[in-house]
Amino acid sequence: MRFDFIASYVSAFTGPWWKFLYDFSLLTTPVHEWLNGSVSPFWTTVIEMVVVGVVFLLFYAVVGLFLVYAERKVCAFIQNRLGPNRIGPYGIFQTIADLVKLLFKEIIPIKNADSLLFNIAPYIVIIVNFMALAAIPYANGLHAIDFNIGIFYILAVSSMSVVGVLLAGWSSNSKYSLIGAMRSGAQIVSYELSIGLALITIVILSGTMQLSEIVEAQRTGWFIFKGHIPAIIAFIIYVISSTAEINRGPFDMAEAESELTAGYHTEYSGIKFAFFYLAEYINMFIVASIAATMFLGGWMPFHIGNLEGFNMVMDFIPPFIWYIGKTFFIIWIIMLFKWTFPRLRIDQLLTLEWKYLLPINLVNILVMSFLVLKGWHF
Amino acid sequence: MRSIIEYLKEIFNGVLSLLRGMRVTAGYFFRPSEIVTQKYPNNRKDLVMFERFKGEVVMPHNESNEHKCTGCGICEINCPNGTIEVISKTIVTEDGKKKRAIDRHIYRLGMCTFCALCVKTCPSNALAFSQKFEHAVFDRASLIKQLNKPGSQLMKGVE
Repeated sequence: MRFDFIASYVSAFTGPWWKFLYDFSLLTTPVHEWLNGSVSPFWTTVIEMVVVGVVFLLFYAVVGLFLVYAERKVCAFIQNRLGPNRIGPYGIFQTIADLVKLLFKEIIPIKNADSLLFNIAPYIVIIVNFMALAAIPYANGLHAIDFNIGIFYILAVSSMSVVGVLLAGWSSNSKYSLIGAMRSGAQIVSYELSIGLALITIVILSGTMQLSEIVEAQRTGWFIFKGHIPAIIAFIIYVISSTAEINRGPFDMAEAESELTAGYHTEYSGIKFAFFYLAEYINMFIVASIAATMFLGGWMPFHIGNLEGFNMVMDFIPPFIWYIGKTFFIIWIIMLFKWTFPRLRIDQLLTLEWKYLLPINLVNILVMSFLVLKGWHF
Repeated sequence: MRSIIEYLKEIFNGVLSLLRGMRVTAGYFFRPSEIVTQKYPNNRKDLVMFERFKGEVVMPHNESNEHKCTGCGICEINCPNGTIEVISKTIVTEDGKKKRAIDRHIYRLGMCTFCALCVKTCPSNALAFSQKFEHAVFDRASLIKQLNKPGSQLMKGVE
């Protein structure tokens, strides 16, 4: 009698109410069918787009605010400090307070600034973020757009954020902003190459660019294990060059505080500054989730060969938790980079890209193609 | 061939040194017990300051209300910003000699820079630093303190 509740608990987990955690299409398909049955297909599309948009908006804000908090905490722990600890338990509401403050701040109009471009620039950066976020597979069936060229699309879209950065720097009518934007643009363009080549290594291994299929192909083992040493090298190169692409330390010359005050968003204030700030953190989230999807299996649980019991336990953890865990692991590594290494000089940055990452990458692709040709991967 | 080996060696050494640095920072990250930050107003009751902390200048007195200050005025001369003022008086000792003794030792906390020149140069070690650091008061006059307690006397054997 006393243990009845355990049986009901287990049946709740195996019952239909919890199934959607493991396959989100169980939740979305009935809703879609119901909408199709009640209203016309046009309104179905509109309603679905609005719902997905609102969900992404909330997700964007929550992830951005959490990442700002996480960065402050990680930085504090690395430096033997406590970090924010006053607002809410462990200071978790600190960034919400910051956001409220930024919302109330005055937006200062800049003299002789190109006001149209100046006002448009933060939104370009944010729109680019949303476009990249839409194509990422978050969990089984939780995927807004599943292109057959998904990874190519994300690369193409995320490289467009440099337009927003350049516009912000140019329209601010400030030398610091302009120099910061130019540096940022040069850096993003040159490190895009390394990111693309590192991802091509994995595309060769998977044989597809569709993100859902890439994740599905990792059911038997994550690509970082499947692809032997070339995949590990590609992973390291990807993490380094994506750190450079999102303009974070140690590659943050675009906003070298001692030289350029704050780089391309020096002249922005209030909520527009917050947009840039959030966009930087969401960029970090995007590159980390691409790394998790391409190298660490996305939402796919961790499986070891024929260990049935172990695999069952791993399958029990919902895919979304797997995805978030992997993404935040990569984010933690990127944060560790920032708070460990000193800032690079511009010539060191270019040396790293053109003399080390690019040649290694090219050789790595060659090795990977050879492996795939011979079928030596798992 | 040799240059290729050197190139690879350079990469290997570079990555190794980077990993060494990351091990240090990640080590700190995973040992939160080493955090040095004090949650000050919350732990006010059991906060222990360090022995070397320079809170304010005090004149230690023993149980029978005796201090070591002879009123020589060296602290007043050494003080770079006029924080200390020694007002001395003349007393007659038991064997009929006239002797200088301290009347009031004035210490202006508001002007003190905690340079410790007075404490260091005192020939009879009459001054010391206390660990008290909550100096805020509502009235500027209460920052002027008299260090020798009322009715105190020179300790026996201190000249």
